[in-house]
Amino acid sequence: MSKGLFKISPGFEDVMPAEYKELVTNGPYGRDLGISDLGTFKELIEEHPLCAGCAEALALRLILASLPNPEDTVIVGSTGCSSLLFPQVAVQNIHSLFGNQNAVATGLKRALRLRFPDKVKDVAVIAGDGATVDIGLDMVMQSWFRRELITTIMLDNEVYANTGGQESGMSPQGAVLNMAPLGKKFPKVNLPEIAREAGCAYVATISPALPRRLGKVVRRAILVAREIGPSYVQIFCPCPTNFKWPSAQVLQKIRDRQKEGIFKVREYVSPEAEAYLARLEVVKQHDEEQ
Amino acid sequence: MAVGEYWVRPGPEGYLPPAAASMGVELPQRGEALVEGRVVPEEDAFRVIAEKLLTARNPVFFPGPKILWAWKDGAVEKARAVLKLMEAVGARAIPMPDYRPKYPMINPAVEINPNHPNLTIWHNRIDVGVFVGVHCHYANLALKIIRGGTDCYTIALCGEVGHEDAMITLRDVDAGKLERLTEVARALSAARSPQVQAPAAGAAG
Ligand code: SF4
Repeated sequence: MSKGLFKISPGFEDVMPAEYKELVTNGPYGRDLGISDLGTFKELIEEHPLCAGCAEALALRLILASLPNPEDTVIVGSTGCSSLLFPQVAVQNIHSLFGNQNAVATGLKRALRLRFPDKVKDVAVIAGDGATVDIGLDMVMQSWFRRELITTIMLDNEVYANTGGQESGMSPQGAVLNMAPLGKKFPKVNLPEIAREAGCAYVATISPALPRRLGKVVRRAILVAREIGPSYVQIFCPCPTNFKWPSAQVLQKIRDRQKEGIFKVREYVSPEAEAYLARLEVVKQHDEEQ
Repeated sequence: MAVGEYWVRPGPEGYLPPAAASMGVELPQRGEALVEGRVVPEEDAFRVIAEKLLTARNPVFFPGPKILWAWKDGAVEKARAVLKLMEAVGARAIPMPDYRPKYPMINPAVEINPNHPNLTIWHNRIDVGVFVGVHCHYANLALKIIRGGTDCYTIALCGEVGHEDAMITLRDVDAGKLERLTEVARALSAARSPQVQAPAAGAAG
């Protein structure tokens, strides 16, 4: 894509809203920025209508700051709280029907490869647990079986939050929710394991309570999906509104869950992906030394 | 109203105005334009557009992403031509940099959005609005909402085949056509106010 997309036509600079001017002069496009640079550049997210303290919103902010190539990335989203947030994001994005995000991403990625054969175009699905593990599981898994070169990121808020609190495949066993008053009878679906078995070359679980690690994971997932195979990242970001936690306590709750061993940070890298990431690391070091 | 008798005039036409196309308004052929739903020669439309803009109380251009961003060859040239036209008719611009709905944060004093164009138009009391450089499906949406809820007179300067839902639409608008429209506007402006015409070349100050 031409970086001209992010240049204002001469003469119209004055009429542009301030946030666009700032994105052009101080945004992350075409620069190699990451989570440790947060605070030094104009971020890709402009306000948002999600609940105060929403861990999903925090996760998305961190994901956006970690994209290796935001100007050439397309996000495919799906129905849920996160879809309310995408309109505030300055990355190309598509809203799919509930659950068919991986099918849409597949077509998009293939079309982009035909249309821009000489360019790297990253396609990342970012969707909630309802879209990924329940309604869309068929299409998610089929995209992995076909080894589509896309990254799937699940925002695991452990509930159908946007519709008032039904249990999802990712709600923990026993969870009592607005619309699951008797508590959930089954454990969380083990999607990371399924992803690995289904052919993902890179699988990781992480939470926004570990921001740097989250940045690294997202970056690795996107890089692996460029060359090696599909990748899957599961971000643990439970919903304070439906679990009825005070907004300010969300990160602490995530840390507690990690301490209790209920949520575990994990990473699986296939041997090919491992070799590829090591190669990139060598190139990066070489570039830095030059 | 029978199909074929439908005029595309300023609203408010109600909460859900019909799409002009569904009422029998057809897009113009090359060299033609639409004025209020009727096909006219393009040159005639230039004059009506210039007249509308020059007599407006508050003419405003709504430049869209296709000219606001210097994204490809020709975009900057067209943007410059739009700026010249705006200057010739004394219009200002409210930009439409992208189409994110931005609920509920849109600031209608600063930008216009196809999902709630009427807010901007009411807020800024715009009587004539010009769409230029807006992708067709978003222009269609915005133009219909404007006609449904406001009395703004809309003009679409379309790079493709035009918009039935604007009160006036030109098609195939490129930098050359914008230059021509600017010439017509300048000539009309000069004819309307001879006392402010520039002195003839060589005349003493
Ligand atoms: S309902 Fe939960 S997941 Fe949805 S925006 Fe609110 S806190 Fe976030």
